[in-house]
Amino acid sequence: MILEMTDVTRIHGSGHLAVQALSRATVMVDAGELVAVMGPSGSGKTTLLSIAGGLDHQTSGTVLVEGVELGSLSAAELARLRRRRIGYVFQQFNLIDGLTAAENVSLPLELDGASVKEARPQALRALEMVGLGDLADRMPDDLSGGEQQRTAIARAVVGDRILLLADEPTGALDTVTGETVLRLMRDHCDRGGGGVLVTHDARFAAWGDRVIFLRDGSIVDQTDAQPGPETLLNTR
Amino acid sequence: MSVSMSILAILDDGPAYGLQLKNDFETRTGSIWPLNVGQVYTTLSRLERDGLVRPAGNGDDKSYQITREGRARLMAWFDEPLEARSPGRDELVLKLIMAVGRKGVSAGDVIQAERKAAIRQLQDYTKLKREADAAANLGWLFLLDSLIFQTEARVRWLDACEARLRRARPFTQRARRAASDREEVRR
Repeated sequence: MILEMTDVTRIHGSGHLAVQALSRATVMVDAGELVAVMGPSGSGKTTLLSIAGGLDHQTSGTVLVEGVELGSLSAAELARLRRRRIGYVFQQFNLIDGLTAAENVSLPLELDGASVKEARPQALRALEMVGLGDLADRMPDDLSGGEQQRTAIARAVVGDRILLLADEPTGALDTVTGETVLRLMRDHCDRGGGGVLVTHDARFAAWGDRVIFLRDGSIVDQTDAQPGPETLLNTR
Repeated sequence: MSVSMSILAILDDGPAYGLQLKNDFETRTGSIWPLNVGQVYTTLSRLERDGLVRPAGNGDDKSYQITREGRARLMAWFDEPLEARSPGRDELVLKLIMAVGRKGVSAGDVIQAERKAAIRQLQDYTKLKREADAAANLGWLFLLDSLIFQTEARVRWLDACEARLRRARPFTQRARRAASDREEVRR
């Protein structure tokens, strides 16, 4: 299991000002699985994703990434795990303007102690994988929105990252470009990685093997593992 | 109308038998809308009566070709936008209208059950799209996209209904409380 979140609750504030952002949420992501989380604004989607990636801490419950409980790690150990095993993709690509595509993708490896010489070939491989091998030395400003998001995905999966967490990654993209981004997320999972995709858009959530429905911080429902297209034929 | 125009479009590529027309139609539409051969021949008879197709060759082998009038009708079909149809009755819309405020039925639960079913259908369509070869059959992708957007529209509408329901609920509760307070004061 790549991600195991069990009974996770997140409360902001205390006393009569306490707000429950997430309530006893249990989410499992296996190798090869892309899980979509759907819900309206304020339903707790981003909170769930932040806790899954160790960017925020739950008030109660446990979060395990590849069997390691995040709560048991020191700040330095958690930072190392985040750098090495977890990749993030956001709606606003969050690339650094002054760096080329390849330098952006190399950055997490260099922050983890790799030399430029070690990091660059890995970054180029990751860019190759998202179909941007030829644009490695372009600055973000010289890339289209779709190319910038593909660069962000390359940065999220570079090295040995296994868990890919995406917060509305298609929000700023048109339909066909958004689809390209989801195909890349699926490819990552098909290679044995795991992914959580947070979106309010049903069309993109449908790329997940399972879809989890969040309302007011609680998981209210979910679809089973993806059925085959034979059910489509039955609906005729 | 759509079947007869599709048959004209296929015949515009060259003469064909009824079975060829059926197979070609189903290949282009990924077999989502199956046609039977009988339906194809009925349509061909109607098109022949209207002078839009005629038997090809010596007429013994049951293959057909498009006529000049047929091609003109086909081009007019491509040129003119389809007329907007008056909205038909939609069972899902009726179901929600009837569910709202009904004792023993939770409109919220009805919405969620329908949304889940729609998402499952979207997952099926998306899986077919993932497996589709864009270069090989663009028409198939057009069709899948159309089904996906229609299903997505249903989910968005359900989302909007749910948001309205949630907003209306506290108002209804407040209104009921205010009414009962007024009642108390009167007593």
